[in-house]
Amino acid sequence: MSQPNSPKWIPLLRWSAPILAAPLAGCNWVVMNPSGDIAVQQRDLILISTALMLLIVIPVMALVVFFAMRYRATNKSADADYDPDWDHSTKLELLIWSAPLLIIICLGALTWVSTHKLDPYRPLDRIDATTAIDPKVKPLTVEVVALDWKWLFIYPELGIATVNELALPTNVPVRFDITASTVMNSFYVPELAGQIYAMPGMKTQLHAVANKPVTGTGFSANYSGAGFTHMRFGYKAMDRAGFDAWVAKVKASSTQLDRNVYLALAKPSEKAPTAYFGATDPKLFDAVVNLCPKPGQRCMGELMHINMMGGAGKESARETEGLQYDFPDSHVIDQSDRNKGQETAPDAPGAPGPHHEPAIDLNPHSGADAHAQHR
Amino acid sequence: MSSATATMEPRAYHLPEEPHLHEGHSTMLGFWMYLMSDCLIFAILFATYAVLGGSFAGGPGPKDLFDLPLIALNTAMLLFSSITYGFAMLAMEKNKISATQGWLFVTLLFGGAFLFIELYEFSHLIHEGAGPWRSAFLSAFFTLVGTHGLHVTFGSIWLITLMVQVAKKGLIPANKRRLMCLSMFWHFLDVIWIGVFTFVYLMGVLR
Amino acid sequence: MTGTLTTTQMIFGRLTWDSFPWHEPIVVATFVAVVLGGAAVVGALTYFRLWGYLWKEWFTSVDHKKIGIMYMVLGLIMFLRGFADAIMMRLQQSLAFNGSEGYLNAHHYDQVFTAHGVIMIFFVAMPFITGLMNYIVPLQIGARDVSFPFLNNFSFWMTTGGAVLVMCSLFLGEFAQTGWLAYPPLSGIDYSPATGVDYYIWALQVAGVGTTLSGINLIATIVKMRAPGMSLMKMPVFTWTSLCANILIVASFPILTATLVLLSLDRYAGTNFFTNDFGGNPMMYVNLIWIWGHPEVYILILPLFGVFSEVVSTFCGKRLFGYTSMVYATCCIMVLSYLVWLHHFFTMGSGASVNSFFGITTMIISIPTGAKLFNWLFTMYRGRIRFELPMMWAIAFMLTFTIGGMTGVLLAVPPADFVLHNSLFLIAHFHNVIIGGVLFGLFAAINYWWPKAFGFKLNQFWGHVSFWCWQVGFWLAFGPLYVLGLMGVTRRMRVFDDPSLQIWFVIAAIGAVIIAAGIGAMLIQFALSIWKRKELAVEGDPWDGRTLEWATSSPPPEYNFAFTPVVYDTDSWADMKRNGYQRPLSGYKAIHMPSSTGTGVILAALATLCGFALIWYIWWLAGISFIGIVAVAIGHTFNYKRDFYIPVEDVTRTEEERTRILAAGV
Repeated sequence: MSQPNSPKWIPLLRWSAPILAAPLAGCNWVVMNPSGDIAVQQRDLILISTALMLLIVIPVMALVVFFAMRYRATNKSADADYDPDWDHSTKLELLIWSAPLLIIICLGALTWVSTHKLDPYRPLDRIDATTAIDPKVKPLTVEVVALDWKWLFIYPELGIATVNELALPTNVPVRFDITASTVMNSFYVPELAGQIYAMPGMKTQLHAVANKPVTGTGFSANYSGAGFTHMRFGYKAMDRAGFDAWVAKVKASSTQLDRNVYLALAKPSEKAPTAYFGATDPKLFDAVVNLCPKPGQRCMGELMHINMMGGAGKESARETEGLQYDFPDSHVIDQSDRNKGQETAPDAPGAPGPHHEPAIDLNPHSGADAHAQHR
Repeated sequence: MSSATATMEPRAYHLPEEPHLHEGHSTMLGFWMYLMSDCLIFAILFATYAVLGGSFAGGPGPKDLFDLPLIALNTAMLLFSSITYGFAMLAMEKNKISATQGWLFVTLLFGGAFLFIELYEFSHLIHEGAGPWRSAFLSAFFTLVGTHGLHVTFGSIWLITLMVQVAKKGLIPANKRRLMCLSMFWHFLDVIWIGVFTFVYLMGVLR
Repeated sequence: MTGTLTTTQMIFGRLTWDSFPWHEPIVVATFVAVVLGGAAVVGALTYFRLWGYLWKEWFTSVDHKKIGIMYMVLGLIMFLRGFADAIMMRLQQSLAFNGSEGYLNAHHYDQVFTAHGVIMIFFVAMPFITGLMNYIVPLQIGARDVSFPFLNNFSFWMTTGGAVLVMCSLFLGEFAQTGWLAYPPLSGIDYSPATGVDYYIWALQVAGVGTTLSGINLIATIVKMRAPGMSLMKMPVFTWTSLCANILIVASFPILTATLVLLSLDRYAGTNFFTNDFGGNPMMYVNLIWIWGHPEVYILILPLFGVFSEVVSTFCGKRLFGYTSMVYATCCIMVLSYLVWLHHFFTMGSGASVNSFFGITTMIISIPTGAKLFNWLFTMYRGRIRFELPMMWAIAFMLTFTIGGMTGVLLAVPPADFVLHNSLFLIAHFHNVIIGGVLFGLFAAINYWWPKAFGFKLNQFWGHVSFWCWQVGFWLAFGPLYVLGLMGVTRRMRVFDDPSLQIWFVIAAIGAVIIAAGIGAMLIQFALSIWKRKELAVEGDPWDGRTLEWATSSPPPEYNFAFTPVVYDTDSWADMKRNGYQRPLSGYKAIHMPSSTGTGVILAALATLCGFALIWYIWWLAGISFIGIVAVAIGHTFNYKRDFYIPVEDVTRTEEERTRILAAGV
């Protein structure tokens, strides 16, 4: 694998990365060999930190082995060295505290700088190691909703949405606005960038850029209940033309993502097939973040305004309508829904199978296929 | 080995008399540590209130609900109970059993009055629909104040137990130690309440 | 929420005939095995008329040594359960490929990984270290018991009560399917309505009371009951690390208690602390639980740092290098462990400055930890190292733990954590430090102090077999997880799509099997040593020890020391031996000791019953058992006679017996 994105300022990587990559060529060590610039920088950071720590770890481990051999009781040649009362040396004490301290000072500085530079909330300033971002370019926004147990991606600027499929144009900065419908998940595409939690009632952000056309997988990295293990989505990075064609394909779908479709979609289901929505309700994501996608639910924004006002008066104690968001048994898959896969997957690509067919068969990007197609 | 002994001052590895640890030698330290761990529980409840105290969920806030004069009265009850407990301890120091018991009883009365007023306040709030399930603010409020009330309740049960024990055994060292522990507990609850009164009620209404 | 209650529901709550998991063949088979095994044990105890002995000499005993041993037995039993969960996970993950769902469904698998974490931390590691501290600390400081002997017994039974509740969940209802820290809203009543989370809450609450009280007890013991002359800076390092660990317990377990109370109020009383709606804030739970959770890992590791210090110094035949810096390092770690909790959730989206603050404080902890490692290293320097089993475990620890520490610091770099968080790399890391540190330390401690507790050494051969199985098994089991983490594989997955991953999971499963062999060898080691105890018998000081516990006979008499020793040096027993100390042969006095009591057992049993009733919504039983707890506790305070004197004749007889054995040995 070539390393086109390796920053020039790390000569260390010039030799360490290929050495590390060599035995891995057969396998897919995606974290060590990602295709998005953010993930590449995170990989570099892992390698630099490891190298820095090995500076002290290797000598210590070698000394443990050496001392253990040298001073073993059966080694009579070391008997002359035996000094049962030797328990202090100011010089050594200074060394054993300052050596780790020095390493940690370096690592701490690195941490401070890199954490700010790679803050997921910070807009990107480069496409890759060699290309700066044109300040006029606005990042592509993707709104991500972690549902039970599938992913909804809304492209507000394009007016389209998908379930369990994330497509991105290469070399275009992307901003993900992330939330969840019921419980905490973590949005993670190892190819692209690090993960960030998806939490109900909260909007988290992640900035990233894809640099190479690639097909991979993304998933929830935080356990979220029974269907968690299958909560995967296909990830595709494509060049401009490919992306435009993909958008056109999604736009061609006749299904619209309105509130009702969303509410049906949000019901718990496992292995939901990929679905495309040619049009979306532009305010849907805001409603999801504000916990009021259902008609009649009161939005968090409004409630927070009341908080600022110091309460809504004594009588409001009894006004509880539209406040409930968590409902009993909301993590139970409704058996009647499970049997009609079409309802949660309004417009799956590919030939729709018989209704009772396991849903996974409908999804070309999950399962072994995804990895077989990888690069 | 023997040469080392010869050059060194002979050391006595046992004292001529066994060091005698009196009974209950660690009780005060142990009880104080328990109080600190209890204090930590209250710290968490205070922190929770600090985080959630402004989440009214479209419902009433502190200004709508708290009846400051009533709470001031309640605070007075608890503060008085602390003072009378102090009098009980003074009487105990002088080994006056009946005076000790008398002051303990007065303390119990004040404690009971405090609990009564608190229960009245709670039932009033619940009656108005502002129960702990109404909003995160009320959840945090009821839990913080209720936990304190629960402590006072158990303190009162303990107080009654000790009064029985003093009546049965008199002011023997064991009972004095127990009264000291309860004294620490009771004053500790007082300190916590001052925090509750300031942080929850005063700052809630006057802010 | 519920409609009208039937009489059955009034009496049994939500406990029904269907609460037993009939549909899970694995559970049913386990249940049958447990019933048969349990019946065999009960039958044997009855046949040999051991109940009275156990009750009088063990269950109601307030002797810190017996309580310590009971803790260790509890830890061992729960370790087998926790390890069975581990094997099940490794098997599931190595099978569930190519469209196969493996052999565990989500309902079962999710319970298995939750139970594995909960059991290993709360009911294996905690009882082990508490037991160790209980046994060793009073001996090391020259005391006859702990400060509050009754409380000690009660604490043990509360820990056991928690363990009983966890075991109940195997056969009645279900355990939590939330991960070991039960993050809401998933652990809330709307998303986890069944008994699982309630088992979790009440098991931890009941055990948590025991842990907190035993923490208070041991601090008071160390502060108040040290032998004359033992100033703080003359305390053995294990006592120092125990002191710090117990301070951490007292200053962190109440946070867990409070947090779980809030969660249970959400589940039982309908409050809104951690719900999505009505203003709740689940992120607060994550913060609170980790403010407890991070100090908790140092509670586990600190005492074992002490064990390694004792072991290395003893088997190198040298004073510990840098005692003072060891003590300061321990205290540094103790304080710093409260300033790092956020590193468990960098990915929650705190700002860059907050994340880097917590990342850097985390790294700073590696400085005192590194200093400790150097101290052990330079203790070996110019020593005369005897490679007995404890020392082998200590060397294995130094090599293994260093790697684990390094990957830990790596995870403390927030941007690196963004790709490694929740991955199998993280799993490999914390097993690397917990197995490589805590477990290896426990094995060192067991091999080191077993002769003290029982009067005979452990079999060397099977100890070596166990040691090497663990070393090989550990790296085979967790090396692949590091690799898988770098392949972007995250934790708690039940089924995998990518067939190229399977080989790594298979290797990990093989590693787990080798570890199982290591555990088996250890059990054989125990059994064989007990069988051949006459041949392996030793007197008080088999290792040429350096601290006071080795001054007593093995096992020590009930009263530990016939005469309270006077301390002049950190390695006080080495100092006594060097100065030609002669054991006094006459002038014994009657010794004041605490009496046994069954109150602890009764209180803990009632607390467990109360927890069980609350889990199943059997309100009347919960009420009655709670009133029972209060009544028994009050009743106990009316008992003023809590101590007795061991008559001087008994002391004389015991000591003369030892004199005879010592004379025969020489």
